[in-house]
Amino acid sequence: MDILVQQLINGLVLGSVYALIALGYTMVYGILELINFAHGEITMIGAMIAVATIGALSGGALPIPVILFTGLVAAMAGCMALGYVIERIAYRPLRHAPRLAPLITAIGVSIVLQNIAMLIWGRQYIAFPPVLPQGWHTLLGARITDLQVAILVTALVLMLVLDLLVHRTRLGRAMRATAQSIPLAGLMGINGNRIISITFLIGSALAAISGFMVSAYYGLAHYYMGFLLGLKAFSAAVLGGIGNIRGAMLGGLLLGIIESLGAGYIGTLTHGVIGSNYQDVFAFFVLITVLILRPSGLLGAPATDRA
Amino acid sequence: MTALLALNALTVAYGKLHAVQDVSLQVAQGERVCLIGANGAGKSTLLKTVGGLLQPRSGSIHFASQSIGSLPGHAIVARGLALVPEGRGIFNRLSVLENLELGAWLRRDRAAVRQEIATICERFPRLGERRNQPAGQLSGGEQQLLAIQRALLSRPRLLLLDEPSMGLAPMMVEAVFSSLLDAHRGGITLLLVEQNAQLALTHTDRGYVMESGRITMENTSAALHDDPQVRAAYLGVGSL
Repeated sequence: MDILVQQLINGLVLGSVYALIALGYTMVYGILELINFAHGEITMIGAMIAVATIGALSGGALPIPVILFTGLVAAMAGCMALGYVIERIAYRPLRHAPRLAPLITAIGVSIVLQNIAMLIWGRQYIAFPPVLPQGWHTLLGARITDLQVAILVTALVLMLVLDLLVHRTRLGRAMRATAQSIPLAGLMGINGNRIISITFLIGSALAAISGFMVSAYYGLAHYYMGFLLGLKAFSAAVLGGIGNIRGAMLGGLLLGIIESLGAGYIGTLTHGVIGSNYQDVFAFFVLITVLILRPSGLLGAPATDRA
Repeated sequence: MTALLALNALTVAYGKLHAVQDVSLQVAQGERVCLIGANGAGKSTLLKTVGGLLQPRSGSIHFASQSIGSLPGHAIVARGLALVPEGRGIFNRLSVLENLELGAWLRRDRAAVRQEIATICERFPRLGERRNQPAGQLSGGEQQLLAIQRALLSRPRLLLLDEPSMGLAPMMVEAVFSSLLDAHRGGITLLLVEQNAQLALTHTDRGYVMESGRITMENTSAALHDDPQVRAAYLGVGSL
């Protein structure tokens, strides 16, 4: 029982971070039908900027909350600028190119970003400075740390805010209209390019926050961390139904829980043949299963209904 | 008098195919003008180009004496020209109300917009009753009415309509055209493309006939309606 609750808590926390990253994939896909493979790398850059900023400021006279907040804001600003620029220079010129071209470009951008990060921050793991709260609480026999509570609450609030933004505001209406058809939205006077830029800005801000959370949670940042993180979040988006915002949230949370439970029990179930170091296979197992059984995902509409 | 809309030697091409060739056409303020012709004559391409969905290859488009030929669609709406596209262009997954609100996207007078939407919901009870349902669930005729009212919410001076009667039951066609005539009485200039020439010529002041990308005839709608060539080719009257 304790293990089950513990793994559920861990999975929920991890899943809420996956969900935030998955939202970036799904929002861009919803409008451009482009898998922005560079999104995982934007998350990584967010983690790097946060760790570097917090590292530079800690030890100084500033109070810890101010340091953390500055790190978060710096990461968000950096990632938003990056996301905006990538869309403008790498994707927009290919808007009317065959679909494979922007996809390959996205992979290229992600390699470029990895290498830039490696040149700036080096190949080694960078430790998250020891400024985080260390407290914890007991819940149903399991342990939940203050950091986990902070991550989960922040992520859930952000998801709620995004959901309200998309479904209840003027901007959200324009985003959904643009997702159906950019030219048709143009007939309403909506500038599709502006909506696309805003989508990249929002997705990149969420990626920055996720990067901050991941590096704080694991205590590490690394120039290659965006690859696996991005693939998992992409799997989460596909699980929920790519292009569907609530699907990305559901997919992220589910994937985190599946991964966490899988890692928690796989050792016992296989009598120790396969250990929890196989944690990462679950995301891809889920991805493949979804693609075979229900390619449109849990909440996604069948492809024919998209027009 | 200068025309509200003036096309001069307009050519539009898809690759090497010239869908619209050397077309000149004028619409004066307050006029109702139709463009008739067979399937594939280039009528729809012409209208899409004026509405900013396609870019002309050569020639000019002037609206209210300003060149709009190179503007993107969203900038053209801002000038006071709204297009109701072929197939109606409803946002299927958005509600009826959201569709209407998007029609007023460029307007800042929120209170007036809300008032106008309330009026629309009263005048068209089927839209009013279903205001919170996905617009994709409306019938074809209801969607056409919605598309027209949505376009009118941008407060256009000129309304372009691409095949507004297509696929509609006769009763709905009547409702659609009576809503267009209402709009015209409200001061809006109309340019409509129709395959149903009978319908188009009886509801407009002036017409153009288009064949293989070119304008072949131009006259008052009444004169076109009585023209033997038009009657034989487009009104299904006379011997083959």
